Amino acid sequence: MQALTQRAKQVNRKPMTFMESLYLPSIFKGMGITFSHIFKKNPTIHYPEQQRPFSPVFRGLHVLNRDEEGRERCTACGLCAVACPAEAITMEAAERLPGEEHLYREEKYAAKYEINMLRCIFCGLCEEACPKDAIYLSETFAPASFARKTFIYGKPDLLIPDKNKDPEGYAKAKGLAN
Amino acid sequence: MSEQLFKVTIDNITVEVPAGTTILNAARKIGGEVAPPAMCYYSKLQGSGGKCRTCLVEVAKGSEKDPRPMPKLVASCRTTVMDGMEVKNITSDRVLDARAGVVEFLLLNHPLDCPICDQAGECHLQDLSYEHGKVGTRYEFQRRTFKKHDLGKYIQLHMTRCILCYRCVFTADQLTQKREHGVLDRGDHAEIATHIEKSLENDFIGNVIDVCPVGALTDKTFRFKNRVWFTKPVDAHRNCDKCCGEVQLWMRGDEVFRVTARKDEWGEIKDASNGKTGWICNDCRFEKKKASDWVIDGPSKVSRHSVISQGHYEKLVKPKETVVDVMNGSQPHLFLDIHDVSEVNKPTVTLSALDRPAHSTDFGNQ
Repeated sequence: MQALTQRAKQVNRKPMTFMESLYLPSIFKGMGITFSHIFKKNPTIHYPEQQRPFSPVFRGLHVLNRDEEGRERCTACGLCAVACPAEAITMEAAERLPGEEHLYREEKYAAKYEINMLRCIFCGLCEEACPKDAIYLSETFAPASFARKTFIYGKPDLLIPDKNKDPEGYAKAKGLAN
Repeated sequence: MSEQLFKVTIDNITVEVPAGTTILNAARKIGGEVAPPAMCYYSKLQGSGGKCRTCLVEVAKGSEKDPRPMPKLVASCRTTVMDGMEVKNITSDRVLDARAGVVEFLLLNHPLDCPICDQAGECHLQDLSYEHGKVGTRYEFQRRTFKKHDLGKYIQLHMTRCILCYRCVFTADQLTQKREHGVLDRGDHAEIATHIEKSLENDFIGNVIDVCPVGALTDKTFRFKNRVWFTKPVDAHRNCDKCCGEVQLWMRGDEVFRVTARKDEWGEIKDASNGKTGWICNDCRFEKKKASDWVIDGPSKVSRHSVISQGHYEKLVKPKETVVDVMNGSQPHLFLDIHDVSEVNKPTVTLSALDRPAHSTDFGNQ
């Protein structure tokens, strides 16, 4: 019968020669390879002190964006929620009251906005669906935790800090801190 | 007049209709894609039509006796059929080109604020521009804006979205005791308004919300509460001494978020079981927001091309939970009850019970 792949090899069952049965040449050969690695560049890094650069298309933790004046961009249109294949996004909308114009860009805004990170698969469809450039997948990770309840991310967790008031927090949320 | 039937061919499909039928209604008799879209014509309102020009069709043969084609495209909602007439709708490139132009004109001043608009998902202008519109706009100027008019506690007016179809004006004329709103000013300044700040509270005035093809007139009691595609449409009825009481409820769980009249496949209000058009009164529409006020007939049929069908609400009965049976009577162990953590859809905050849009104050301390 013809083999399905070319990778099958016959096992060599010849008895070992005298040199092979000593094992020492093989041991020194192996130790030589190990020793030579001492002089090579270390491929690992000291996470979390050091971090690797992310790919520009990396899809990490979500942020809710603000506009240039620091107002929330999200208008709770529900397109991210309807696009979400994991049904992780829920929201409740409210009408902007007079005097709240500096907080919200449009007359409707998301009073509550939640992403269930246990459900989220980080596919980025919410980012693609958003007509207001409000939700982005940043270059950070969702931190690990032992408690399930810490994975329900509300608006305080998701909303990006104001660039003008808190530039450090803004850079950190975007994943540009390092 | 005897029952004279005219033979008319629309997009190579022949249909026989009584004399006096418009091309649009003959095409609707065939149904499907052959029927031209209509933004201003509303078959239940006398005198409507002829304003928006989206229903333009080409008449390739005038009639059997006079086979010359009509020189220009005609508005199919206002042109009656002749015997032997041949009409081209989607088979004519001229028509499709003209329709794309009409859509561009309708969208010139339209703000395209669909993410905010409550009509999104059931908006005729949205459907029309998806099917017939072009991707970009060539308009380079400021879109027109208007001074905001308050139309009272029931109806929210967004004049920037209006396409001046006059449907709401005809509705108020033909259904209510007295029309209090109308189109003021002319040309570019024409706007729907009441003369000197009146609120629209006549009975049956709520039907202007249903006839509005865009989001210019929307339900203030439903404003911003939910997107239509997250609510489930359910047919329901109640005994009402003013109207037929046959409505469509837009529910979420057991909460009634919105009440509208039932619509047919053309987006127009259906005839009720008594044979008359199913207009509903303000009481049914705005005041009865409890599930206990209504007798539920069953889930509404939603076209599967509509975004509203995304929730797949085909059944009203919850499927039986089988875990308890399989596990010898012990309840499933929940690792997390989402309501312990989640701030959305809190049982203490009932948005559907509010008779106005939700504000930041309604959600408690943030």
